[in-house]
This record gives sequence, structure tokens and C-alpha cells, in this order.
Amino acid sequence: MPRMNAARKHPVEFTLNGRTVRAEVENRMLLSDLLRHEIGLTGTHVGCEHGVCGACTVQIDGRPARACLTLAQQVRGSDVRTVEALAPDPAVLSPLQAAFRRHHGLQCGFCTPGILMSLDALLRERPDADREDIREHLSGHLCRCTGYATIVEAALAAAEEQRKEETTNA
Amino acid sequence: MNVSSIGKPLTRVDGRAKVTGTARYAADFNQPGQLYAVIVSATVGLGRVTEIASTEVERMPGVVAVITHRNAQKLPYLPHKGVIDPAVGERLHVLQDDQVHFYGQPVAIVVADNLDHAERAAAALRITYAARRPLVDHADRTIERIAPKSADGSRGDADVAVTQAPVMIDEAYEIARENHNPMEPHATTAAWSGDRLTLWSKSQYLVNEQAEIAAVFGLPVENVEVICPFIGGAFGTSLRTWPHVTLAALAARQTGRTVKLVLSRKQMFFTTGHRPRTLQRIALGATPDGKLTGVIHEGTGETSRYEQFTEALTAATAYLYSCPNVRTQYRLAQLDTSTPNHMRGPGEASGIFALESAMDELSYKLGIDPIELRRRNEPRRDEAENKPFSSRSLMQCYELGSERFGWARRTPEPRSMRDGRLLIGLGAATATYPAYHAPASARVRLLADGLAEVEAAASDMGPGTYTSMTQVAAEFLGLPPEQVRFRLGQSAYPQTPSHGGSWTMASVGSAIRAACVEAQAQAASRAVADSGSPVFEASVDDLEWSEGRLRRRGDASPGMSYRDIIARTGTPVEAEGSAQRDPEVAEGYSMHSFGAVFAEVAIDPDVGTIRVRRIVGAYGIGRVVNPLLARSQCTGGMIGGIGMALMERTVLDPRDGRPVNAHMADYLMPVNLDVPKLEAYFVDEVDPHVNPLGVKGLGEIALVGTAPAIANAVFHATGRRVRSLPIHIEDVLTA
Repeated sequence: MPRMNAARKHPVEFTLNGRTVRAEVENRMLLSDLLRHEIGLTGTHVGCEHGVCGACTVQIDGRPARACLTLAQQVRGSDVRTVEALAPDPAVLSPLQAAFRRHHGLQCGFCTPGILMSLDALLRERPDADREDIREHLSGHLCRCTGYATIVEAALAAAEEQRKEETTNA
Repeated sequence: MNVSSIGKPLTRVDGRAKVTGTARYAADFNQPGQLYAVIVSATVGLGRVTEIASTEVERMPGVVAVITHRNAQKLPYLPHKGVIDPAVGERLHVLQDDQVHFYGQPVAIVVADNLDHAERAAAALRITYAARRPLVDHADRTIERIAPKSADGSRGDADVAVTQAPVMIDEAYEIARENHNPMEPHATTAAWSGDRLTLWSKSQYLVNEQAEIAAVFGLPVENVEVICPFIGGAFGTSLRTWPHVTLAALAARQTGRTVKLVLSRKQMFFTTGHRPRTLQRIALGATPDGKLTGVIHEGTGETSRYEQFTEALTAATAYLYSCPNVRTQYRLAQLDTSTPNHMRGPGEASGIFALESAMDELSYKLGIDPIELRRRNEPRRDEAENKPFSSRSLMQCYELGSERFGWARRTPEPRSMRDGRLLIGLGAATATYPAYHAPASARVRLLADGLAEVEAAASDMGPGTYTSMTQVAAEFLGLPPEQVRFRLGQSAYPQTPSHGGSWTMASVGSAIRAACVEAQAQAASRAVADSGSPVFEASVDDLEWSEGRLRRRGDASPGMSYRDIIARTGTPVEAEGSAQRDPEVAEGYSMHSFGAVFAEVAIDPDVGTIRVRRIVGAYGIGRVVNPLLARSQCTGGMIGGIGMALMERTVLDPRDGRPVNAHMADYLMPVNLDVPKLEAYFVDEVDPHVNPLGVKGLGEIALVGTAPAIANAVFHATGRRVRSLPIHIEDVLTA
């Protein structure tokens, strides 16, 4: 990484939800602030500002990451995905999104985008994830409304659906 | 009304917006050219600001303004007392003088062209104080206790009765300060246009925020508009309008630009309310066969120096059980801290912990099953108010809950149940919360395309107001829910009360019902006056609505839909409705929800770790509008109760009142792995008195009762009675 100067902005280029993004940012700028303030993608929420609550989770090169703990400069050349890219097209929800909607895996919805990004990565990597895996995985996300049960149910339903789809496609 | 929507498990109408990231919360609103503001919070607990080195900071990159008490506009702060504001005292006036009343009080606001510049400048601002040591420890007995108005209640002579009782207990209880900690931070974006102000702001009470900010700036109420379509959880923290809203508006006015202000998580521990730390005493006297002869409940809550925040800490004790001698007393300790505020189950959650812990303790002393003890003291009517309950299903809740929980397998002796080496404990507790109702209004518009638009200045902090109100409107218009569009979150819509106190469905739902009935009446009179309609000149009494169609009674023809009626005249039908509780009914009945909560815990006898394994709640809350939403509300309330019982505590540094764990890593809240199997059930309950919908409210009672059920289970497992929350490992290890 080239030496940076705190007094001026520096370019950063990365792929965001399938499209190339170029921005000029202060080197202190967080990925969450870049997404929300500069690019205008407000689906990534900030709850605690220090990586505890998980609301800001996005995917960087396919892996879940806290956008509030990531500097914008760190995603140079990476592939970043946010909740806005989960639905295959505006009229169709992804199986995971549909399951959350169907199973009431949310109340206020503030923690939901981060949880979806985490689970989307988990289910891609581990299509056979069971209840315990999902519960363990979700413990990096705080939800103050639901009591979590419906979130786990939604995730299990999505995993089941995904397995069925894969069997059909195979 | 043959199409029934109320009672159906309709999935959330806002679900799609929330899973796609398109639901917009307060901090998601941006305006072109907006500036960013960051609050600078006092770093002393009491004193005054003596120096502010703002000159250098004003020259930092991007800084537009550094606003302090020295250069802030003097604000009128006209009198405003919202229903939600403490009856005694005056809100904090921000940046109007040099005084510091508590740690974290806003002492400056830095405005810059972007967030980075604003944060850097705020961090660089050096402020000097003349500091004194604040009083922040509620347990300090030298702090004077004040008696708020109507704080005490009494019947019979409880002190004599308790002293002379064959069996008695007399114990002290303490509950830590808690912060609401919703996932969404407070945020306000303020935009002026001349003397009109628009606020995109997190609020559970839009019309009060509108009125309060109008009063603070000396504006007519209609000049202020508040917009808040989605709330990322609140639990009471957004009921009041806190200083940051004024600061955002002040910064916008002073800079002449739109200003966005988002509180940091840390700042949410400073000035946005908290559940007050409470100290309580319960004394119970009983006969050997378990009849209560005397009950004393004394409680003290903390408040600020500038406002007297009160909550219903001892209120439920007066009506919950049958007893001829009851005395309740409520006091406040005024501390150098910010003003507390209602937090989910306010008052009841804390008071019931003490009372239900004491009832459990009494049951062991008497050798009577805890549920049987409650049965022996079940009142026939509200003995405090001397009036009948509008409905009361507490015993049915205990029966249903016992059965689902498997209470019968419990062996009464403490430490008598084990799972391998783990100690198992089963506990139960009563929950209750008043069935409130406040005046509300709503508007219904029947459109030419067959859709119904419904509007009210209500909020949805998560329980599902969007969905449940859609069901109410669908029910009373006889339309499928897909044809109803319910809008909330704008102060310009018809007025509603605060979104709290479990009265949203009772109040706003009843108003929507009234507006729907009025809209139907208008549509019917339009049809009757229309010479081309099949009901032309029919008497209104001869007409009936069924599934959204108007016919003469007994007529088998398709009749007319709203769409047909509107198509013939071309103009939509628009009707307003309002509802409030009939004062005579209010006077005649005692109205409360009741519930029974059961908890199972497993405790490691060697290291003292406490795991909640299962919670079962059975509730009598009148009619359930949507069982999916209702169950979700209950499980969410239960984890709030687990937090209260085992984790949540805001710790203040005694030297300066600084909340030392003002972040989510050290303010512990239940995560997914802390949460056991949670089950919620509802008894069939018809309450014809509370409101036309027969609903008694659910959000608050869902938290009440959980903490004492867990504490009682901890006793059953260990034989250790813990009377202070949260319960720590050390509490059960020193048995």
C-alpha cells in the first residue's frame, strides 16, 4: 500500500455489488461510512461502531466482514457485496430473504441486513449447516427484538430450500 | 364483515423492505449539501465550563461551526409538558449556560462538511471545567428522598398486620440501572426552510417531538414536521425528545444548512434515558395456610436534579393479590445524572421482581407450592380501587403455563433436581401490566382503484404496527389486507399517542376502526344518493356491508364495491375517525393484562454459571390481533427479561458519574447462544370493556415476570435467594 497522507484524500477502486466503484476518500474513512455517506447504500446499518453488534456486516471477497472495522482503503481491488445485492432482481427475493420474511425472522429489521450477509456466506460455504452451526454463527449478531428463535428458524428453512434447489439442479 | 383479518397470522407487510435494505431508518435520510454534526460531551460529572479552545478547531479542515454556550442562539424554550415528560421539573436546556449537570451532557457541537472532519474537530476541542464531585450513588443514604405526588397508597394497617403475622418475610431488593440499547442509534437530520423545520428523526412519539421542538424554538406547531417511517428498536428510549434533536435543529439554524446528527453508542448512555436503578423493600405477612394478611412495598428510584422521573414501581402490588392490609410507598433520589425514562415494562418490571421474589420466598417458608400460594390469594376484584377487573385470567395463565412447562415434574425442595452434575431449578412468577388507552385519530381514503389508504401519526418500533393496523383496517372495511396501504411515521398524519405503554393497538387500532366505519357510512350515503346505483334511495338501516360490498339486507346480488361507488362519482371517499375510552367504563373497571412466566435454569455447582434452558409464558391479553407478531413480541420481551435477570447493568464511576461500560462489548445483552427455548401462549380471553377491539396490549407485559421467574428458578436450583439484579456467578457460588 502506498504511503498515505492524512491531509488529503486517496483513490480507492473496488467492485461493489458487481459494479466497479472509484472513490476519493480520507485514509481514515471506514467502509461503512463510504457505503452509507458517499455511495448512498444505507442498507448496511451501524449499531455499535466497534464490531460487536454485527449490524454492519457485508461480504468482502465472499467472506463476512464488519464494515465498521474496515477502512475503505482496505477493500482496494476486492469484491464487496451488501444487502442491496442479495435479491437476484428487484422483484425476486433470494431464498434467504424470502425465508426471513416468511418466518418473521425480524422485528424492527435494523440487525437484519448484517445477519443476512453473514448467513448468506455461511450457507454458501456450508450448505449442510445445522441448527447448532447456525446458532453459533449468529452469536456474532445482536438482536434486541425477536428473541432469535425466528431468525434461526428462517435460516434453517433457507438452508433446507437451498439444499433442495441444489439437488434439483444436479 | 365476513372477511376476517384480525386474528390471522399475516406475514409482515414491511418484511420485503427490511430484508432488502430499503427500509429507511432515521440515519438513512440524507439531503443534498447537508453538514454533519458531532456532539462534544462533558467529561466531568458536575460543575461548569470555564474555557473552550474553539478558535483552533474552527480553523480545522472542513469545520463550519463550533457551537457552545458562548455563541449558541438563545432559545425561547416555551413551556411544553408532553404526556411523556415528568410532571415536575424542566427539561435540560442545551448550550444555554455554562453549567454541567451530569457526565456526558452536551457542551458543544461541531459542524463540518463531512463526518470525518466533524469527528476530528470534535475530538480536538479542548474544554476546561471547574468540576465538583457529583452524587451518583443511589444507595448513599445521605441523599435526600423526595416523595412525588400520589406516590403512596394504603388500605388497612399493613405495618401492624405484617408484624403480627404468624409467618412473615421482610427483605430488600436492588435492580441495576439499565440502558435501552436498541440496535439503532438516535439520529436527527434537521432542515430549515425559512421558519419551517423538517426533522427526520428517530421518535416513538412524533406529534410530541413536533410540539416540543416548536416550543423550544418558539414556532407554531404546524411549522415543524417530523418524519420517521422505521425505527430500529427503541424500547422507550425514543419516547421523549432528547437534547440532540434540539441541537441538530439549532446547528442547522445557526449554519443555515441542513445538518445531520447521529449519536454514538457511547452517547446513548448519556442523555437518552435509562431504566432507573431501584432499591426496594417488600414485607409480607401470612397465615400458616398461605393467606396474605399484610403487604408492604417500599421503593426508591433514581432521577436527575432537574426532573422528577416517576414510574409505576409499586402500583401492581396494590391490586395483584387479595389482602386487607397493603401499604405502598414510592420515593425518588435526586442525583447528578441525566433523567431516566420508561424502559420496556417500566415500573412493573422492577416492582414485580421484588414482589414475586418475595411471594416465592414466602411459599418456601410456608411449604406451599408457589402457584398454589398465588391461587389462595387470587382476588375477586381490584381491592385497591374497589372495582371489578374488566377481565383477569391469571389463574388460567398459570394452568396453561404449568401444563406446557411441565410444572408437575418439579420437586419442591431446593437443590433436589439435577441433570448429571448440573443443578436444575424451576421457577414461576406473575406478570401484569395496565391496559391503557389514549385518544387517537386516523384517516381512511378509499380510492378509485379499489385500494384503501389509511394514515395515522403512529410508529412501528418493531412489533409490527404496519402489519397489525393493516389487519384492523382490512377487517373493518371488509377488504383483503393486500388492498390496504397503512402509512405511519409522519407528524402531519392524524394525531396518535406515544408508541409505548402497550397502548398502540388499543388506541390507534380503535381510531382506525372508527375511521373505517365512518368511511363506510360516507360510501353508503353516496350510493344511496346516486340514482344509478342499485341501492338508490334505500334506507341506511336496510343496507349492509359484507366483504367490502354494499347490498340491501337479504339481497343476493353482488351489490356495490367501494370501487363501484367511487367510480360513479370519481372522487375518493375520505373519512377521519377518532376513539377514546368512555370515561364511565374507565371509572367502572380495573383494566390490566396478566400472565404467568415459567423458567428453567441449569447451574454448574462448581463454577456457578447460570444457563436459562427454557422459558414459557402464558398471557391473558384480550384479543390477539396477529399470533405471529404476538409470539415474536413475547419472545423478544423474554430475552429482555433474561438480560435484566443475568446481564444488563450500567455501571457508573462513583467519582464522576461516567458510565464505564457505555458500549456494547461491556453492556451485556443476550446473544443467540444465551437464548433457550422460548414459548408463548395466550389464553382465550374476551374483554368487552377495554376498547372496541378487545385488546389489552402486549409489548410491556412480555418483559415483566421473566426476571423473577429466573431468580426463583435460581433459588430452586441452588437454595440461594438472590435479591439483586443482575444475578452474578458469585451470588450462587457463595451459597
